[in-house]
Amino acid sequence: MSATGMLAVFAAAVPPELARSLDLGGYTWKGVASTDEAAEHEPADGWQAAVVEIGDDAEAAWSFLRSLRQHAAGVTKVLLLVPGARLGDLELRDDLFDDFCLSPFHPAELEARLRHLVWSSGDHLVAIADLVEYGELVLNLETYQATIAKRPLDLTYMEYELLKFLAQNPGKVFTREILLSRVWGYEYYGGARTVDVHVRRLRAKLGEEHAGLIATVRSVGYRFGQSRWSS
Amino acid sequence: MLDQHRDYVLRTVEERGVRLVRLWFTDVLGNLKSFAISPAELENALEDGMTFDGSSIDGFSRIQEADVLAVPDPDTFELIPWGEPGAAEARVFCDIHSLDGEPFEGDPRQVLRRQMREAHDDGYTFYIAPDIEFFYFETPTLGEPPVPLDHGGFFDLTTRDAAGDLRKDTIRKLEQMSIPVEYSFHEDAPSQHEIDLRHTDALTMADSVMTFRLVVKEVAASKGVHATFMPKPLAGVQGSGMHLHMSLFRGEENAFYDADDPHQLSPIAKAFTAGLLRHAAEITAITNQNVNSYKRLVPGFEAPVHISWARNNRSGLIRVPIAKKANPTATRIEYRSPDPTCNPYLAFSLILAAGMRGIREGYELPEEADANLFEMDDAALEKLGIEALPQSLSDSLKVMERSELVHETLGEHIFEWFLRNKRREWRDYKTQVSQFELDRYLRST
Repeated sequence: MSATGMLAVFAAAVPPELARSLDLGGYTWKGVASTDEAAEHEPADGWQAAVVEIGDDAEAAWSFLRSLRQHAAGVTKVLLLVPGARLGDLELRDDLFDDFCLSPFHPAELEARLRHLVWSSGDHLVAIADLVEYGELVLNLETYQATIAKRPLDLTYMEYELLKFLAQNPGKVFTREILLSRVWGYEYYGGARTVDVHVRRLRAKLGEEHAGLIATVRSVGYRFGQSRWSS
Repeated sequence: MLDQHRDYVLRTVEERGVRLVRLWFTDVLGNLKSFAISPAELENALEDGMTFDGSSIDGFSRIQEADVLAVPDPDTFELIPWGEPGAAEARVFCDIHSLDGEPFEGDPRQVLRRQMREAHDDGYTFYIAPDIEFFYFETPTLGEPPVPLDHGGFFDLTTRDAAGDLRKDTIRKLEQMSIPVEYSFHEDAPSQHEIDLRHTDALTMADSVMTFRLVVKEVAASKGVHATFMPKPLAGVQGSGMHLHMSLFRGEENAFYDADDPHQLSPIAKAFTAGLLRHAAEITAITNQNVNSYKRLVPGFEAPVHISWARNNRSGLIRVPIAKKANPTATRIEYRSPDPTCNPYLAFSLILAAGMRGIREGYELPEEADANLFEMDDAALEKLGIEALPQSLSDSLKVMERSELVHETLGEHIFEWFLRNKRREWRDYKTQVSQFELDRYLRST
């Protein structure tokens, strides 16, 4: 067994300068072009880290990361390579990566960041279920179960995903378009009103007492929990 | 994306101790079909679908091509809020595929999927909110007339309102199954009730209507009451309809709204309405698919008889409700002929297809008919160019048969099977001698 585990490099074709830097740094790595390939080549103890370039097909990269997070939250550390012009894409996606490096990258910087990331994913990992809590609402991200005041909530997958996204960003106001793109992805045919439909369902399932957790912000969108600007 | 859906479903089954997963789908006539699998088989079902013999399902396979695949749509996975405590059950709607993996041509859900995708390609999402009426009766005995539970009227809050409790329980279960209810009240006729659902995209709504009909019947049956969606169970009082409020959205914008129009109707809304009016007769066999459906479509009971539209005239086929406080998102049209026994997948498909044809070909909206059409005679109606909806199942089948729009939308398989099946129903009906005929002719002739 090598000193470090295996790295996945998500790219249609791994750029030569990246390959060189990884080789020089002494990493064992494998290029994967899709989620399926990553699953197929995954080592028994999981990918230790993933290097993902936000390139022309950014959606594919985000979708890969979402799968990775679902599959191996807390196990695989993620380093993004992102062009300066696309830094805005990182906003509200903090859950999808651990660190990033501007591309084109400086080999010394890449090496330093990777070394730190791999160190921090060392064997002092403790398996703690990922919990999101807000007041009486608890979401267990590992088991996909949600409870309110200890009562289990029966949610559809999209209801769960919407609640999770909102609960992870309390106090922020989101437009319907943002929620649709971040929770559903762009390909959904249900349109922006779908968000209203799901909010309405979530409120019904949370029950009267807790329905107010999701507030409607007139002519803007929705906010979970208290506004950060009011008491 | 799909992987996460799958994980979510499998994990929920495990965490919540689900013992049985019911795979739901709909036959051509709109009956809900179901088979149950154990959780152990679920992963396999989500991956590859479950094979079953389609030849036993109305309107599915012919004998020689019997096997089809039910592929669960993990987005619709939901725990069922009734059944034995401690042995949770879940349901998931399925798309039906043929064994080579292609969408199965006899599956109504795939017909609607195709229509939604086409509208989506033009930039539109189709939203529907139905108002569904039904009756509660004492458990019927064959050959006896139905017995209502009460004699309350419109909006009546009846004392000892047993039906009110039923409705409350029904609404709670609907909400648990992700079907938001907007209003519910006692309707005009004795023991008649109405529940109005909040809009969703049409595919979700078709699934919801299927679930709705089951929930209403389940809850009633658990209290020893019979709920029925039969369009006209009692002569002389209102029948049960399923009015459909609908609109097209482009992203967050309501494509039916236009602030500059005196009626706030956009050119898109007008062309859609024109399409629906022009093809209304052709799609009536699907929106009103039973012999009994046509006993509801008669003058005097708030059901439409004529092909017309108006802003606030409940005798017309299409009503344009006045939106509260000129709210752009609430601008919509209401299609009033369908009844709640129709197959919602096929009905929504044809309504969308008719409306979209109006938009694509730029149909002209005819004049608004704001007079009470029930009080006009045939000559006056003819002068206005207003035609009647088909008067019987037989009439509507004849119009449907010649419709290229219906043929194309439903596909050859469903089109041909439906006509054949319904002609047989009409023939069976024609061989009956009714009480009306005995009363009228037995002694006098």
